[in-house]
Parts: sequence; structure tokens; C-alpha cells
Amino acid sequence: MATNNQGRPSQPGAAQALDLPTISGATISGDRGLDHEEPLLFELGRAGQCGVDLPDVTISDDRLGGQRRKGPIGLPGLSEPEIVRHYVRLSRMNYAIDAGLYPLGSCTMKHNPRLNEKLARLPGFGDLHPLAPASASQGALALISELMSWLTTLTGMPAVAMSPKAGAHGELCGLLAIRAAVAARGELRHRVLVPESAHGTNPATAAFAGFTVDEVKATPEGRVDLADLKAKLGPDVAAFMLTNPNTCGLFEGEVIAMAELVHEAGAYFYCDGANYNAIAGRVRPGDLGIDAMHINLHKTFSTPHGGGGPGAGPVVLSARLAAFAPLPLLVHDENGFRLVEELEGVPAGAKPFGRMSAFHGQMGMFVRALAYMLSHGRDGIRQASEDAVLSANYVLASLKDVMSAPFEGPCMHEALFDDTWLAGSGVTTLDFAKAMIDEGYHPMTMYFPLVVHGAMLIEPTESESKESVDNFIHVLRVMAEEVKAGKKDRFEGAPRLAPRRRLDETAASRKPVLKWKAE
Amino acid sequence: MRYLPLSPADRGAMLAKIGAPDVDALFADVPLSAQRPVTGFDLPDHQGELEVERALARLADRNVAAGSVPSFCGAGAYKHYVPAAVDHLIQRSEFLTSYTPYQPEISQGTLQVLFEFQTQVAMLTGMEVANASLYDGSTATAEAVLMAQRITKRPKAILSGGLHLHYVETVETVANLHGVTKRALVTPGTEEDLDSLIDEQTACVVVQSPDVFGLLRNIKRLAEVVHTKGALLIVVVTEVVSLGLLESPGAQGADIVVAEGQSLGNGLNFGGPYVGLFATREKYVRQMPGRLCGQTVDSLGRRGFVLTLSTREQHIRRDKATSNICTNSGLCALAFTIHLSLLGEEGFTRLAALNHAKAVTLANRLAAVKGVSLVTSSFFNEFTIRLSKPAADVVETLAAKGILGGVPASRLSPSDRDLRDLLIVAATETNTDEDIEAFAAALEEVL
Repeated sequence: MATNNQGRPSQPGAAQALDLPTISGATISGDRGLDHEEPLLFELGRAGQCGVDLPDVTISDDRLGGQRRKGPIGLPGLSEPEIVRHYVRLSRMNYAIDAGLYPLGSCTMKHNPRLNEKLARLPGFGDLHPLAPASASQGALALISELMSWLTTLTGMPAVAMSPKAGAHGELCGLLAIRAAVAARGELRHRVLVPESAHGTNPATAAFAGFTVDEVKATPEGRVDLADLKAKLGPDVAAFMLTNPNTCGLFEGEVIAMAELVHEAGAYFYCDGANYNAIAGRVRPGDLGIDAMHINLHKTFSTPHGGGGPGAGPVVLSARLAAFAPLPLLVHDENGFRLVEELEGVPAGAKPFGRMSAFHGQMGMFVRALAYMLSHGRDGIRQASEDAVLSANYVLASLKDVMSAPFEGPCMHEALFDDTWLAGSGVTTLDFAKAMIDEGYHPMTMYFPLVVHGAMLIEPTESESKESVDNFIHVLRVMAEEVKAGKKDRFEGAPRLAPRRRLDETAASRKPVLKWKAE
Repeated sequence: MRYLPLSPADRGAMLAKIGAPDVDALFADVPLSAQRPVTGFDLPDHQGELEVERALARLADRNVAAGSVPSFCGAGAYKHYVPAAVDHLIQRSEFLTSYTPYQPEISQGTLQVLFEFQTQVAMLTGMEVANASLYDGSTATAEAVLMAQRITKRPKAILSGGLHLHYVETVETVANLHGVTKRALVTPGTEEDLDSLIDEQTACVVVQSPDVFGLLRNIKRLAEVVHTKGALLIVVVTEVVSLGLLESPGAQGADIVVAEGQSLGNGLNFGGPYVGLFATREKYVRQMPGRLCGQTVDSLGRRGFVLTLSTREQHIRRDKATSNICTNSGLCALAFTIHLSLLGEEGFTRLAALNHAKAVTLANRLAAVKGVSLVTSSFFNEFTIRLSKPAADVVETLAAKGILGGVPASRLSPSDRDLRDLLIVAATETNTDEDIEAFAAALEEVL
């Protein structure tokens, strides 16, 4: 080995890189190199320590009406350096799109531009009170108006409700608008039709909104069975909910025919816009006969997923539903922008069904989404959709000889495989996906959609370079070949190189431990 | 385009592998009549960072940031100082750009944070279990009502007149689908008679404390009455900092506690994203909405965390789920928990005391202004005053003088004439004595 004049190795040897030295057994500290174990806050803290400096306060004449807390809360005390280290160490136990390809189908893990973070934190947005006087919030209301204009122009729909806080909340908003529209016609329609391939939120939302749910069958080609849809439509059906592109990653080519059937039956056509990122800037859902569609700003327009939110789910509405959009309504008149926040005073013809939440939507996400749109422009949004679709098809074309694809391509923005190719190998979809972790990748979406056995849904997104996708394909090919060669050891019980091995989920749910308790 | 790594040559090579002549061929399933050229969208083309920043900064400059002037707005959203470490840590890539922790082996960071968050929320609210967050306080309240309807199998929810009107409307929008809601009427600054509204059809009573007018409610007495009728008491807290100084709702008999967590770690953001806290008794855990993180071990016996009791949730139970919620407020919950960790017991109780002291000072000073009378007798950091002129006009005049002088009660309910002269005013640790004096002096001029 080459060394410098202090005896320090000056270059890594290729041979050593292949033959990694390992410490078998435990280290003294319990940590391993950059992998640190981290106790709970409550195990680290102690009484009297504090990570902020606040002045002493004496309240001689409190106005608490005798409700002052008597005992302690039990919160641990830590200084700022300890807190920073705690969270930095925890952060390092997470996979992230910034760190690697995150092929989670139907979730759209694309790059989150940092400009958008910076702009959402401008004091004029981040430090603006929701009930500040209209004169003090004209810029914010103008921003919402501009975002609304982008969304309606891109989708070809006349109206948009901005207050829903996530995709499922947007679904609820859309279905409640439909419910109000049905009631306004003096009709009773209690059923909602949902394809069996739908996201779980679709049936859950329909039930939440007070409807009963009926499933529509899929064809062997992975599309909605038009005959079954036709058979199930009737005078008691309020809406048909379709995801398009659907959860198999395929475009429902008969969508216009479906819209006609739905409308002929007097029902409304809801579209789950979770996969809108495949067609944005190319296809306007309004041209497909859709009456309502939520748009996950955290998918198509790349507001960060944040480990499970926050998202935002504005809902575009057709002319048939626009009047029923919930409060608040944004209006513009000679005095500028203002919000109409109660039924009294709504513009002529408006019949809001109610209110989705306090205040007026996920402003922080709106800023980020608009920054994304302005950055990409109509050309970039279209290119992003095309690149996402191209990358998924490239993955499909590159792996379908070693893995099995249940449907003929082309696919849209995600490539679906099933577990036919694993039959008899002793390796399951779960094993294969978990082994990807050892190779430095986040697993693809597994066992969804439900219509495909052992589903593996891969969404590379437009954010990956060709080199990155090629590496990913190479790794999956070699892994697939190893499965076929009967080398199942590496798959059983994988992952081995993550901060944790497989976790006992059965024990977790049988006897739930949902918080720390002092021993 | 700076965000798109594929070059034209890459695209060509990929199309060749696919065997497609061009990218249009990949969209062959889409009806041609529904495809448009890029020029078919009346929108601008892409722009550089500088241009985008300039455009949005211009909009931001047209708003009055709470921190730029003396500001006393509350009514469900509060201006607090957030330590610098919070925003730095939540922007760590591994927190910001990760998905919901469905793969626990490589998501222990987020999962441990959620477990710690649940513990903190349970401690603050005085409850046994808390979930991993909902969208915000208002939607959490609606979920609480639906949960009470499920548990009691009774239809009726009684909503206190002191409940933030946006919350009332949010609850009504969904709870009336499965049952009925009844709004109680209140004279601001007093407690209404809720007892006589409770009957054997009542699933729950929803009471906010401090209420929207700032009044601290007598939870303990109400809990006893509600329980004798076999109903559940839902306590709503819109200012979570109050829990540093006040007896917890759990200790006073609440069955479900929901709160808006914005005050800790999260900016005002013109109304969102915020974070809904949701806590209840252990016996109701399987009726809870939203995600839960639980402790377990891995195959080597090491402690680890997973999302658990998922059979309540939409991705498993579909139309039988307890809620349709999927994406919630993960990153806002992270900000909340980091801020609370920095505060700890000592900092949190001190912060709460400081807020109360500021509010007492402000109340005393404003009460000395001619044309002002104090409506709320017991309060935390927010109270209501009656003015000799319509509050909405006064607030606009104050805004023109560079002071955000609170929220007119009529802003929440414009058609309620009785609220016309009422102004809801909040004070926090961010308000200086100079701010308070400037507010009082301006009010003296206006009234």
C-alpha cells in the first residue's frame, strides 16, 4: 500500500475496496463508523437543561381563573448542541430522494428544488397571518390567484378549489361537491363506483363522504372493464372515480367513452389526479370529460414529501360542479383581492357545500408549486412528463426479459411487474424489494395495485439521469439473474446493511407501544 | 432546463432501446383529440432561478409580515419565535425529501421522531395515546367528532359557541354526513349552557379552551356532566403553548383532545401547512384516525419503530377505514417536536408564562384606552375587547398605521351583528413593550 511520509495510506487500493475489512461482532460503542445508534429524547434529557434562553417571568396577578397547571409535564431538557446532534443522527437513518433513486410507484419521488424552499420562507409568505387584513395580504391572494390560473389552464377546467390539504382531502372535496350537485338536482344517489385497482383512499373517501362503494372490474389488459362499468351505472350512482393514468401505470384510452356513459347515467366523473404528472402539459383532463380532479401538489409539482406530508390537494372542477366549490372563495373587484368566508356574500350563482378546513389552504405548498411551475414553464412541465414516461418505458423495456410485466407497454410514468417470474424461486416480492435496500436503493412500491399478484411498481421520475437509471437497471438485472440461479440467501431476511433488519410488525400491533414510558 | 438531466442524445438512446420512433409513440393510448401541442397552453416558458425569485419576491413584498410590524393577530394562528435550529434541521435532505416511512429499515429517523412526537403530544394533552399528526386543528376536530360518533354509535355532536367558527364549519361539513351537529349560542366572554343540550342521542360535546374569544373554559365540570349522559368530551386547543401553563385537558376529564400545533416550530404561512394533534384514551386506540408509530424489535432484537395498527387505515381497510387520510403533516410534526425538544420542560413552561404575562400587560394597557372594554376575564395569551366603533374598520385603519391590531370577531362571522364591535387580540413573547404602547396609542387615536 502506498503511504505518505507520516505513514498514512495515500491512495485506496482497488483490491481492498473489493475485500472490505469488517469487524465481526459488536463494537465497544455500539456504533459502527458513520452509523450511530441514537437513544430517545426522553432517555437523553435531564431536568434543568434547556435549549433556549428566555427571560424570567413573575406573574403576580394571573388571569388563569384557577386553572394553572399544578404538576410537571415530564418533558426532558437538553441543550441546543445535544438537540442538533440527536436530529442529525436520526436523519441519517432515513433514505431520501436527495441521496438516491427512490422508485416508489404511485408516490412520485422527484427532485425538490431548493429555490422553492427559499421562496416559501420569504417573510411575506412564511410570516403572514391568515387573518391579516386584506390590505396586508394582497400579494398572497394574488399568488393564490396566479396558481389557480396555472391549474385551470393546464387542466382545461374552469374552476379550482384550493383549500384541500392533501390528495385524500381533495378527493373528499370533489365528492362533496358532487354530493351537493346531486342534491341540488333534487336527486338521491348513494353509490360511488371505484375500479378495483384504485388507491385505498378512493373507497375510503367515498365511504367518508357518506356513499356506498361498488367496485368495477378490470380487464385482462389492466384497464377498466367498460361493460362492467355500464352494468353498474344506474340512477342511484352519484360518481365514478377513475385514476388516469391508472395505478397499473397505463392510460385508460377509453376515458372519453367512460365519461359519456357516466354522464348519460346522470352521474359525475371524478378523476384521481395522483398520476397527473405523466400527462401534465400535454393532456387537459377537461378534454377527457372529467368533472373533478384533485392535483397532488406534492407529486406533480414537487413540493417535498417531508416524511409523510404536508401535501396539498387543490381540486379542479368542471362547469357542472364549479358552483359548489367550498368556502372560502377568492374574488377580485375594484378594491383588489379578498376572500369570501361565509355563505352570505358569495358571488351570484355560487352554492358552496361547506368548508374543508380553517383558513384557506396550504399556502406554503402553493408558493413552492408556483415556483416549480414558473421555473419549468409550459415547455418544462411537458418535458418533465415526457421524460418521466420515457424513463419508465426504458425500465420496462430493459427488465421485461428477466422480470415479468403483466401488461403490454407502452406504460406511462411507472412500470409494473408482477411475481410470475419469481414462481418456484423461494423469493417473494417482499424479499426482492428488501434486497434492493442492501444495494443502496429504496424499494419500489410493493403489492400495489391489488389487481396484480405480487406487484412491483417502479416510478423512476424525470429527475434521474440516464446513467442513474442504467445503474438501477443493471442492479435489478443482476439481482433477477441471481434469483433465477437459485442464489436466494441474499434475499431471505434482507436487508442486512440498513440501520435495522426486518422489524417485527406483528408484535408491534399485538401489544402496541405508542409512546415512551419512564421505567 | 436545470431540473431535467436527460439530454437529447439520452432520450434518443432510450427510445431506441424501447423500440419507439419518438416520445409521441409512448402516448399512443391517449386519444389524439385530447393531446395538444405545447403552444396549446397559454402559459409562459421556463425561467431561471433569478427570474422566478424576482417574480415571487415581488408578490411577497406586497404582504405585511407579522414580524415586520407590531402584530397582535391570533384566532387560531399565532406568531411565535422559532429557534434557528428548527428550520435548519427540518431542511436536512433525509427528513425533507423522504416519503412516508413504509420501509422501516431505512426510515428509522422519521419513525423515531414520530414516536417521540406521539409521546410529547400525550404528555402535553394529559392523554394516554396520540397519533402521528393530522392536517391541522380544524380537520382534527372533525375527525374527533366522527370518532365519537363511531364509538358511541350516537349521531349528535354539540358544538360550543366558543369554538372557532372555521372549526365549526369544518366539523359540520363532514359530521352532518353521518349524524347531526348542533351549534350552541354563546355570549362572548361567558360560558354557554351546554348541559341542557345533551341528551341520549349525544355522541360528544366539543369545547374549545381557551375559546375563540380567549376565555378559559371550565372543562372539569363539563366533563362530569357529559360523562353522566354517556357522551364523550372533545377538547380543542388552538394555542398549544397554553398547555405549558394550564392544567391539561386530559387531567380535567377530556376523552379526546385535538390541537393546532402551529405555534411550535411552524410559521404562520398564511394558514397552512399546519399540524393537527390528536390524542385520546388507550381504550379508543383502534378507533383513531391517522398513522400511529409503535415500538418493536428487529430480527436481531434491536429496538426499532414501525407504523402500526394499519388495519384502521385506508390503504388496508379501504371503505371500512376509520378515515381517508393518507399524507398528513410529517414535516410540520417534525418542526413541532424539535421546537418542543429545545424548549424542554423549563423552556416550555417559561414560554407559556411569558405569553401570559404579555397578554396581562396588554389587557391592562388596552383597558385603559377610552372606548375599549375587556370582554374576557380569564385568558391565556388572547382576549377579546369591545370597541366603541366597528372592529373591522378599526383594524384596517390600524393596518394603515403599520399595526396589525388583532382579528375582528366579524372576520370569522361577518353576518353576526352582535360581533361587530369585538376585537380578538393576542400577545406572545414576540411582542415588546414598545409594540404594546404603539398599539394602545394608535387605538387611542382611532377610537
